[in-house]
Amino acid sequence: MRHIVLGDEAVAQGAIDAGISGIYAYPGTPSTEVTEYVIRQKKEKNLPIHAHWTANEKTAVEAALGMSYAGKRSMAVMKHVGLNVAMDAFMNMSISGVNGGLVVVVADDPSMHSSQNEQDSRYLANFAKIPIIEPTNQQEAYDGVRHAFKVSEKQKLPVMLRLVTRLAHSRSLVNFNTPNKQNKLQFPEDIKPFQLIPARAKPQFESLVAKQADLISCSEDSPFNQLVFGQDKSLGIIASGIAYNYLMENYPNGCPYSVLKLSQYPIPRNLIKMLYDSSERIMVIEEGYPFIEEHISNIIEENKKVIGKLTGHLNITGELNPNLVAKALGIKENAFGEIPNFVQGRPPQLCDGCGHYDTFQVLNVIRKDIGDYQIFGDIGCYALGALPPYNTVSTLIDMGASITMAKGAADAGVFPAIALIGDSTFTHSGMTGLLDCINDNTPITIFINDNSTVGMTGGQESAAFNHIEDICVGLGVDPDHVKVITPLVKNHEKNLKLVRDELKYRGVSVIIPRRACVRLPADRKKMIKKVMDIHEV
Amino acid sequence: MITNILLAGVGGQGILTIAAILDTAALNNGLFFKQSEVHGMSQRGGAVQSHVRISDGNIYADLIPKGKADIIISMEPMESLRYLPYLKKDGYIITDTTPYLNIDKYPNEQDIYAALDARENRLYFGATKIAKQTGNAKAANIVLLGAASSHIPIKERALIAAIKTLFNPKGERIVNINLKAFEAGKMYAKEHSLSISE
Repeated sequence: MRHIVLGDEAVAQGAIDAGISGIYAYPGTPSTEVTEYVIRQKKEKNLPIHAHWTANEKTAVEAALGMSYAGKRSMAVMKHVGLNVAMDAFMNMSISGVNGGLVVVVADDPSMHSSQNEQDSRYLANFAKIPIIEPTNQQEAYDGVRHAFKVSEKQKLPVMLRLVTRLAHSRSLVNFNTPNKQNKLQFPEDIKPFQLIPARAKPQFESLVAKQADLISCSEDSPFNQLVFGQDKSLGIIASGIAYNYLMENYPNGCPYSVLKLSQYPIPRNLIKMLYDSSERIMVIEEGYPFIEEHISNIIEENKKVIGKLTGHLNITGELNPNLVAKALGIKENAFGEIPNFVQGRPPQLCDGCGHYDTFQVLNVIRKDIGDYQIFGDIGCYALGALPPYNTVSTLIDMGASITMAKGAADAGVFPAIALIGDSTFTHSGMTGLLDCINDNTPITIFINDNSTVGMTGGQESAAFNHIEDICVGLGVDPDHVKVITPLVKNHEKNLKLVRDELKYRGVSVIIPRRACVRLPADRKKMIKKVMDIHEV
Repeated sequence: MITNILLAGVGGQGILTIAAILDTAALNNGLFFKQSEVHGMSQRGGAVQSHVRISDGNIYADLIPKGKADIIISMEPMESLRYLPYLKKDGYIITDTTPYLNIDKYPNEQDIYAALDARENRLYFGATKIAKQTGNAKAANIVLLGAASSHIPIKERALIAAIKTLFNPKGERIVNINLKAFEAGKMYAKEHSLSISE
């Protein structure tokens, strides 16, 4: 029977059917729906799977490794920039290797639909020297994650499953297959690989390097990599992941050229060589950075016959689409209509009644006094504060950077330095920055906008819920300078006065504008209010 | 053969409900489909679109190539024009005329209607108004789906069954409102032979 699933959900069902015992993730577009699906299925079908959001991607990957160490299959899921946060664990678990199968799902966001960069995660898997599965479609996403677990357990290595937005967020029909049983608790036969002191890490790294030939031969034989020879030898095409779809879309009656569909890495050298030897020129079509294009130069004798992103035939920034690929292939398209010039852009906005809006209103009064440069923003819905009509925050770099950048600016002599961060972003990556401020007695005012959820990704549970004051005081903020306000129009003057007073303080001050996200369902709002009311007494 | 339907609107207007109905109906009609959608930040009051591709055979791309859309169904008049590059020369535009005013410089109606009238096949009408008459303004999306239904390669009874399936959790009253909305949209398109505006 065929099922209607998103690309993300196909990955999730594939993981359930591969026999995972745990999934660990921090929400992030376009990866969020993988974990949401497992959480939902667990609830509906009472599945014996640990499925819960984590504080950040690093804790997710480490917990996944712990479960793998205990012999069971586990998965960590994140968006591309989340992998940066998890990088320490990610790099080192390729050295230790795994025990139970471990797959890291990373969803890249070319064109930055909901992200601050479009980094290509294949470079990071390559850096860690681990295999990658890059599915072409929803069925391959399902089959690919199951295959990834097989490869992981065979090679005793973590495997990356790379998604991109257009597959993660596209629905189609997928066949599910017979599920595997979960693994039993089973410690590794030898624990030395997991003890990465230099004496143990050196032989582990040597063994990782030695495994590469085997990983490549795994790619050569992979059912996900297919070389199909065409009649026309003037061009040979390497197309990876969803780029393969954009290629084939342009040839409804079959592609005249030889095509290597590439969905498993490391790059299969022989397949590339065979394509190269039988074609006059090579074109590489891939979503993201020119990863394959850059890496095949050591497989083929000369680079000059390769065209793609580096030669300007395809766009090097932004995502691909069927039309861009058609252009690169020299396919003439019919003229199509244009967008009338009076059609205006319609950027995303805060929802009606959003508490962030009221906080912006207060900060915008302050901004008139202190100028345009001293409010440091962070990642979340309140990132919209960088845009008109709000124009509240001056910077926006990465999760948690509001506090630490404001600290650096304060260290440079900026006063007042204001940070604006959300509740969940604070526990993701803001707490350590706050500790730095405490230890330095930095003159800083930190707004922790508490809407009691991870709002931008659809209202997941926030790890910060009901913990913020305790964390701040526990880290060493003077309790007299931890202030909770309710961001509402009617409180504007009162809140403004409180903020002005706190801004005079030459130490660490935390203001918590607290109001539940307006998009949360009524029962959750009620629960939040109940918990918070008790808390405030 | 592939039929390409581009759904347009503003985040929260209900285009994903239309998409879900098309998906379910396609499955029940033994057809294959791909349907891309927008999640995350842009869902918040921003312009959103969904590409729905339905076929009796394989479909490669999740995105409709430019110039290949058979139909644009739009919840909002200005949004219907944002995707013109995707529409076939003789493709259909079916849009609600109720503007969603959350931006400063909303264009004037005359310009929008003139651009729509320049298309051979268009139907623009007050779908929200009709939805209100059938019981709930929120069912404007289903009115539009009804208006487009004769150009969608899925049997009407499969569309109706999908509406029932999807709204069933919300109770019989909501199911009936949406069935009425579908019928009202279908009748409107029939009476106006799809190229005459209101």
